[in-house]
Amino acid sequence: MMEHRLIAAGFGGQGVMLFGQLVASAGMIENKNVTWLPSYGPEMRGGTANCTVVVSDEPVASPVVDTPSEIAIFNIPSLLKFEPTLEEGGVLVMNTSMIDREPSRKDITVIKVPANEVADELGVLKAQNMVMLGAYIETTKAVNVESILKALEKKMTGKKAQFLDVNKRAIEKGMKIAREQLK
Amino acid sequence: MGEKVMVKGTEAIGEAAIRAGCRVYFGYPITPQSELTEYMSRRMEEVGGVFLQAESEVATVNMMYGASSVGARVMTSTSSPGFSLMQEGISYMANAQLPAVFVDVVRGGPGLGDIQPSQGDYFQIVKGGGHGDYRLPVYSPSSLQEAVELTIHAFDVADKYRTPVVIFADGMMGQMMEPVEFPEPIDPGTIPEKDWALTGAKGREARYVTSFDIDPYKLEKMNLELQEKYKKIIEEEQKWEEFMTEDIEVLFVAHGTVGRIVKSAVKIAREKGIKAGLFRPISLFPFPYKRLSELSEKVDVVMTVEMSSGQMLEDVKLAVLGKARTPFYGRLAGVIPTPNEIFEALMKELRR
Repeated sequence: MMEHRLIAAGFGGQGVMLFGQLVASAGMIENKNVTWLPSYGPEMRGGTANCTVVVSDEPVASPVVDTPSEIAIFNIPSLLKFEPTLEEGGVLVMNTSMIDREPSRKDITVIKVPANEVADELGVLKAQNMVMLGAYIETTKAVNVESILKALEKKMTGKKAQFLDVNKRAIEKGMKIAREQLK
Repeated sequence: MGEKVMVKGTEAIGEAAIRAGCRVYFGYPITPQSELTEYMSRRMEEVGGVFLQAESEVATVNMMYGASSVGARVMTSTSSPGFSLMQEGISYMANAQLPAVFVDVVRGGPGLGDIQPSQGDYFQIVKGGGHGDYRLPVYSPSSLQEAVELTIHAFDVADKYRTPVVIFADGMMGQMMEPVEFPEPIDPGTIPEKDWALTGAKGREARYVTSFDIDPYKLEKMNLELQEKYKKIIEEEQKWEEFMTEDIEVLFVAHGTVGRIVKSAVKIAREKGIKAGLFRPISLFPFPYKRLSELSEKVDVVMTVEMSSGQMLEDVKLAVLGKARTPFYGRLAGVIPTPNEIFEALMKELRR
């Protein structure tokens, strides 16, 4: 059985929720069972935001996850909160532009992504979450990049359509960064 | 069925209501379900229905009374404190035999509480928060697809039995996203005409929709009619799900969101060689006592898990009737129990 249990976490505004929604939507496009569960309420008001995504071959039982198999971490408070919960042998994808410290676990795969710098070079700092997303899917193979792009096209309509191309390039950059570290 | 779409729980329920032919929505925004009110404000305009943001929940329920009296498929959605404010009107509607669908996205309480998921309003919703001898059919979905199906079903049950019906959801159901397939919409014109509705008595005998009779003997007759109806609902409308109950040594009972989380705890237990299963009541009234009673004969432990201090537990005990131990695990005030936590609670109970 294949089951990916992802927690994506960062500050509000870093695009953590969209990160998770795209993974879930891509999973749906691949006919997998998926759930997306946001943190909401007090946590969102000026603190950390996170969402939990489950992608599975089987119907998803609990959308609440206490031992994620993968975490995508966008800031230090989220690293402190979620690194200890990661499953043994799990994957940590971290935005090193925002996190100036090393993870403490030795039993996990760590992918370091200078997401802000990469996005900045592409001219759109907000695409940092897409750089992280590229690195995430390249490392975990939770969903295909083709499905992510399809999900992105559905999401980015109207005025947002102009950002489609830069987002695609950001995802590709992220995939490349992960590929090099996985060698 | 159409194609799969990724939707939020609040949207899933709102769209299901539209597809069930609901064209009248009254409501007052309250977290964590305001997106449902917002969704209806947009969709009702598109389908030529009525959306009205009332000045309060008290006004909402009385508007529902009026719209239902003339035969409309009518809905509201609210969250715990808002549902409390509606109780008087719901009791009136129950005795006036007025169909309507109430969606209660339950949050942490008591009082102002918080906006996180809870099941602490079980007594209020299932046992009747208003006055008098009435019951309401209550459905507790545990996935968004099920929420869609139960919302549509709720309108049919409401019309069939002439009663308000409640969808018991919680903040997690409301906020999460999951793929859903919506059924084809019902043309509101095809919904059977209601032969009791107040449509103007020109050329026919007058009809009465009321929750009142000054003569106690006549009022008792009205009450007995209600009780007959509830008896029929108990016989015909029980719904539940059994998960891995074929060879059980331990049985969990949980509903809604928690029912779903417990499935993961069942899987953890099975990996460790404990034959656990889950009984998930879907209709909370009528509660599926008989089936749970049968299952409880196979086990020594029937463990109830709720996001409350143990409210459904009382119904579980009424079903088990001492045939098995009935321990309880609950989290309160908007804290969601996790799969491992539930498994640990079971281990403690089994002293393993």
